[in-house]
Amino acid sequence: MALRGPRELAASAAGSLQKGVQRALRIPRGGGRARSTRPPTEKLGFSTYGTRLPGANLESLRGHLIVIEGPDGSGRTTECALLKEHLEVQGHAVLETGLRRSNLVSEQIDQAKQGHVLGATTMALFYAVDFADQLENKIVPALSAGSIVLADRYIFTLMARAIVRGASRQWAQKLHAFALRPDMTIFLETRPEILMHRSFGRYGSLDYWESGMDLGISRDRFESFFRYQALLKTEFDWMARSYGFVKINANRSPLEVHRDVRASVQGLLDGNRLESFR
Amino acid sequence: MPDPRDRLDRSAGGSRPVSYPGRLIVFEGLDGSGKSTQAHLLLKWLTARGYRAFFTEWNSSELVSEIIRRGKKKNLLTPSTFSLLHATDFADRYERHILPPLRAGYIVICDRYIYTAYARDVARGCDPEWVRNLYAFAVPPDKTFYFRVPVETAHRRKEASRLKIKYYEAGMDMHLSDDVTESYLRFQGLLKRQYDQLARSEGYHVIEAEQQIEHLQREVRSAIRPLLGGFPKEEVLMHGA
Repeated sequence: MALRGPRELAASAAGSLQKGVQRALRIPRGGGRARSTRPPTEKLGFSTYGTRLPGANLESLRGHLIVIEGPDGSGRTTECALLKEHLEVQGHAVLETGLRRSNLVSEQIDQAKQGHVLGATTMALFYAVDFADQLENKIVPALSAGSIVLADRYIFTLMARAIVRGASRQWAQKLHAFALRPDMTIFLETRPEILMHRSFGRYGSLDYWESGMDLGISRDRFESFFRYQALLKTEFDWMARSYGFVKINANRSPLEVHRDVRASVQGLLDGNRLESFR
Repeated sequence: MPDPRDRLDRSAGGSRPVSYPGRLIVFEGLDGSGKSTQAHLLLKWLTARGYRAFFTEWNSSELVSEIIRRGKKKNLLTPSTFSLLHATDFADRYERHILPPLRAGYIVICDRYIYTAYARDVARGCDPEWVRNLYAFAVPPDKTFYFRVPVETAHRRKEASRLKIKYYEAGMDMHLSDDVTESYLRFQGLLKRQYDQLARSEGYHVIEAEQQIEHLQREVRSAIRPLLGGFPKEEVLMHGA
């Protein structure tokens, strides 16, 4: 089988899965339940994690920000595509964003990564530039237009990566404190063995970066992969508590995971929002 | 031998050493305050006296300049991205050109340091606490000179240098005035206010920089002398005591 990128896979998965999803979840064609055609619960305003965002009027933002987090291979991209499809069928405008997709610096970040030339602190800041650019030039405008923004990874991945490379939690938290608090952060919890098999399936090998080879914890890639994933898990675990993630078991098929993702998001849009989500 | 205590302090960004044998001397001030001239003359003096000194200046690197050019064209840059971009640039210089020589025992002279960013970012409306945290990885200087001049003097020198005032130097993105010179003067005034405040809170050595160059350099050198007590000279570093 030819190797394809996660996004291509997700696009085709979304197409073929969507019909299956509707059957599997017994949802009538055209979006289904009557309540889903109502506009989402009236909601105004966003706040950040503590630092003001100069020049943005967060009180006037109307949309919803939903974040899907999880390690590489947890099925994030597929779940985002499925959720986007579902929400659009229901009549919501959806903007998908991810990391390293900004116009400003993504090219330079790719170059820097290939050359392995930048230090850990520099790299953390570079990623923060890219995130800030997307936040201000994509996410905020979309929210102000009333869209649902679906973020395939958010500051939490950036923080985890920076911390396992030597930054303190406090520094990483404050660095990203200009980020908007999402309405919901879904975390796709996945066992490392499953991540490993998906990495082999996707890349034909254990990916250099996803094995944390740049950390120098082991020259053996297999060992490095498991140690790196364990380090990341420690960071995601405390973030799950302090930031109130909705954890979903992603050791299952995309459809099963999607069912839970959809239920959580539907709860949010119906207004059954728990305090811990904000 | 590297000092065994010379390990990294995780309480900051991650690359801040607990202790290091070098010395860090910082020159801050507005464009046209004469700080670069003075930094250069100090380097000459230290080198002539046999000290291993290292000079770095913080101008926008090619990478950052290119991104800023593109960002400006498409009107993408905001105070936050502008600030983070410069922090990235600084971190790169710091991790390459400032921290290693400090740990190797050099006297490092910096023409502009993190305070340039504090002044500029806060003047643009960024949260001061946030900016401070961005740069928490950078070690505090052993000595910071602030070359204080009236904005008009700095502008006159800038004009005399015949260098064109750049868009962001003039703070044109802040819409203080449509006229470049007017905007420049107002923006530099905002920066000066930040520097004056920092000088008090951070305990800078303030130098009234309208005096003669030779006089200023005498003041700089006599302020540096106490830092050099017991500091090894080049032969000692190369061949052992």
